[in-house]
Parts: sequence; C-alpha cells; structure tokens
Amino acid sequence: MTAVTAVPETTGASGLVVDGLRKEFGGRAAVEGVSFTLRPGGSLGIVGESGCGKTTTARMLVGLETPDAGTVHLGGRDRSARARGRAERLARAREIQMVFQDPYLSLDPRISVSACIEEVLRLHFPLDAPARRRRVAELLDQVGLGEREAAALPRRLSGGQRQRVAIARALAARPQVLILDEAVAALDVSIQAQILDLLAGIRRDEGIGFLFVSHDLAVVRHITDEVVVLRAGAIVESGPTTSVLTSPEHPYTRLLLDSVPRPGWDPARISAGRRALA
Amino acid sequence: MTTAVDVTALRRRPGLRRLRVFGQGPLFTAAVLLLAALVAVALFAPLLAPYDPDALDLQATLAGSSTDHLLGADQSGRDVLSRLLYGARSGLLGPLVVVALSTLLGILVGVVAAWRGGRVDALLSRSMDLVFSFPGLLVAIMFVAVTGPGMTAPVIAMAVAYTPYVGRLVRSIAQQEKARPYIESYLVQGWSGWTICVRHLLPNIAPTVLAQSAINFGYALMDLAALSFLGFGVQPPTADWGAMINEGEGALLQGAMLPALAPSVCIMLAVVAFSIVGEGIADRVAKRDR
Repeated sequence: MTAVTAVPETTGASGLVVDGLRKEFGGRAAVEGVSFTLRPGGSLGIVGESGCGKTTTARMLVGLETPDAGTVHLGGRDRSARARGRAERLARAREIQMVFQDPYLSLDPRISVSACIEEVLRLHFPLDAPARRRRVAELLDQVGLGEREAAALPRRLSGGQRQRVAIARALAARPQVLILDEAVAALDVSIQAQILDLLAGIRRDEGIGFLFVSHDLAVVRHITDEVVVLRAGAIVESGPTTSVLTSPEHPYTRLLLDSVPRPGWDPARISAGRRALA
Repeated sequence: MTTAVDVTALRRRPGLRRLRVFGQGPLFTAAVLLLAALVAVALFAPLLAPYDPDALDLQATLAGSSTDHLLGADQSGRDVLSRLLYGARSGLLGPLVVVALSTLLGILVGVVAAWRGGRVDALLSRSMDLVFSFPGLLVAIMFVAVTGPGMTAPVIAMAVAYTPYVGRLVRSIAQQEKARPYIESYLVQGWSGWTICVRHLLPNIAPTVLAQSAINFGYALMDLAALSFLGFGVQPPTADWGAMINEGEGALLQGAMLPALAPSVCIMLAVVAFSIVGEGIADRVAKRDR
C-alpha cells in the first residue's frame, strides 16, 4: 500500500483524514474499511463502477449519512457523528461543501440564482446587504455567469449553467474541501470540458481541496493528483493518479481501464475478464 | 403550413383563449366563477335576499315559482331563494373550518413523518391509518351525541377525520421532495431541518396540497350537509342547505319540489365545482413537474 492510506490514528493532522469508514444498508456492507487522506488543497479521485460505494462514501464525508464505524476528521476536527446544534452544523458546512450529480434537481426551482447564493452568505457571514450583493456577483463571475443569469430561475438555465450555479453556491460557504459527486457526468462532453477547466482554475486560485467521485477515468486523470479505486465497498488500489492509471497493480483497476472504449476495443474480452475476476 | 393554420384558428377564437384561467380549460374557468359567485352570495346574502329567510308567511305556504317568490316558498311559507342565499353561509363556513384545520394538521403530521422517518413516521402513519378507518360521519355523530346538536362538534370531528387524507398525501410527496438533492444541498449548507421544511419543502409541495384541500372542501360540504339533513348539525330554523332538504321532505310528498330540490342542486353544483378546481390544480402541478 502507498502512503495515501497510511493514516495515523492521532488527530491534529491537517487535511481530510478518513479512517476505517463502514456503512451497512439492510445488513449488507456498502462501504467497508475505507481509509484515505486528502491533503489541504489536494485533489483526490474516488473511482469505481456504479454501486461500488463511492457515492455512499462521499455522503458520509459530507454528513448526509452517518457511518456505522470509522472516523472522518478535517483539520483535526472530528465530524463522524451526527452534527448537534447550529454552531456545529455551520462549522461543518464551512469545512466541506458538495456539488451534486444532477444540476436539474440540485437547485430549488422556486429560488433565483442570486437568491440561492445570497441565502448561503446570510447563513454564514455577517455581511450587510451591499457587501452580500457584491460577493454574489463575485462568486457568479468566478464561475462565468453574469447579471442576466443571476436574476433567472433555475428552469431558465441550461444544465451547464446550473452546474456553475451549484459550484458558486458551494464556494459561497468558503469550504476547505469541495466534494464533486459525478459533477460532470450529466453534462454534454463539450460542457464537461468547460466545467473541468473552471474547476481546475478554482482549485488553483482558492486552494480548495477537491474530492472527485467519478466513474469516468478520463475525468479523474485530468483533475486529480491521487486516486482511490473502490470495488464492492472496499479499496483495492490507491496512489498517485498517473501511476495508478498507467501501470495499475490490481486486476480490477486494469479491467476498469480496459473498459474504456477506444480503437481495437473488444467488449467480449472485457466481459470475460470480469467473469474471471468474480 | 400546419403551423400557420393553427395560428389563424387560434386567432379566430380569441374568446375561447381568454377563457383560460391558470392554464386550464373553460370548464375550470366556469367552476372558479361559480365558486366565486358562491362566496359573494355568502358574504352579501343580506343585500341579495328579497325576504328575511326566517320570515313566516302562511299565505304563501308551498307556493310555486312566481315573481313574488322566484323559487317558491316552503311549508312555513318562507322564501326558498332567500333561505338558499343565507344557506350558502353555513354551507361554506363549516367546510372552510374543516379544510383549514385538516390541512394544517395534515401538513404538520405528514411533514414530520416524512422528515423524521423511522419510529416517528411509523407512529404517525399508524395513527393516521387508525383515524382513516373510522367513518368520519359516524365519529361526528358520536361527538354530537356527547355535546348535543350544533356545528362546533361535527366540524371538529370532521377536521380530524379529514386529516389523514391530507397527511398521507403530504407524507408521500414530502418524502419524494426530501430525497431531491436540492433539499440535501440545504442540509450540507448547514440549515436546520425546521428552516428547510418551512422555507423550501413546504412551498414546493403546497400546490399539490392545495389541490387535495379543494377536493376535500367539496366532500366536507357534502358531509356537513348530510349531518344537518339528519338533524345533527345546523339546527332549524337557521337556513342551511342540508337542513332545508330535511324540511323539504314533507313538501316533496305534497307535490312541491323546489324546497328540497333547490338546496340539493346547490350542494351538487358546489361539490362538483370544488372537484373540478381541485383536479385542475392537480393537473397543472403534474404538467409543471413533467
């Protein structure tokens, strides 16, 4: 195993430290003993097929699910148990924010773009109205949206524009870590590229850590430094993205890489490989 | 070419297009107008009624339709039209209270059940099933047996009896809504569950609840009229549609249709209008969500 998974039990470590995470649904473990570290400002990918537990892992990190075992620390602060009280909720929100897969469902249909970002600012920061408006414009500008989009309701926007809104909304709380759960999977390929560029720029400027949950190896290769490969809820391989994706050690990772369509690609061989692995 | 034809066809019938209210057809518009008229009648009954609804005129007993009494007079010679107009008051006020109370209670129970889930949900859902399994009219009559005739007890009983209709609907649509990522994104932002429910979940499910409440209004009107007809609700001599049908029974045997028929038609029209409005709103919501 590489250094990524070697996590000391002691708190005080910086970055996002995940140790021995476990979650059961109906007696079956969806996630089992998942550990990794995301250094401050780093970018880590979680890859695997549908149902491998990557989304469940992301939901535990952000607090939408409570782990059955294991811990999640950010900057040394424990956030494994359910949040108690307003102060704790707000503190956690400023630690980790999330961008969801489907931009058509992740925005309140009744709330305009600028209002949905202003809400976050009002909840988290003691700004007066003009300062809040300035900050909203700044955040929208950062994701490439203007005044016209600011006044619009989500239904007037395209999928790519909505995902930009979702990113701006997540950035509004000034989180240390941004979790992107299949955040470009629902978008057209050309829009995907724009959003990935945008995200790379944000990471460079803001120093936010990215946790990228994706089944798309090309996306992960583009945007992450380190990668964790999940299979049936457990980590099979982890390490620097380039080395894992160019010279995989585990047969499952190799299978994932072979599954990407390209010239000379043979679906029958891949299915055979999958059967051999099972 | 077909597009051009469609456009001219629409232009030629501006009247029909103007009839569209809330994106629904002429039937919906008619129902809305009927209900608006009903409310106006209830509010302005003293101005509209040609006679005192309780004034006896024994010379006019069982009079047929005439210029003096447009809808005739009942067995005691009271003007049927005037009683009908005044009857709209208890006819609307009772169901209004029933629907307001059952909607509030239903939203509370349904949202709490959906939001908390687990044991709270199980407890609230079983309680609603229990209330649901009692016929509302029977419970109302039991209340009356304890408190004596009058509208207060039946209205409270009916409000409780109608709560599961709203509560079950709210629970199921709130569960769907809660699972949507926009609600989860508010959780991730650090809002309290209470704030998310009141500010975001409720407004998004409100149109569907409104549709159900409009339909319930019609049924509550019918149930309360039935109670008054049976003599458990509004007491004579107060003008009330249900009570009027009861009093008109005797007149029916003596060949006078209007004293019983007129309030029956009013009840029917009101119930149908409320159903059409409710269904129309539900349609509209379904189209919006698609």
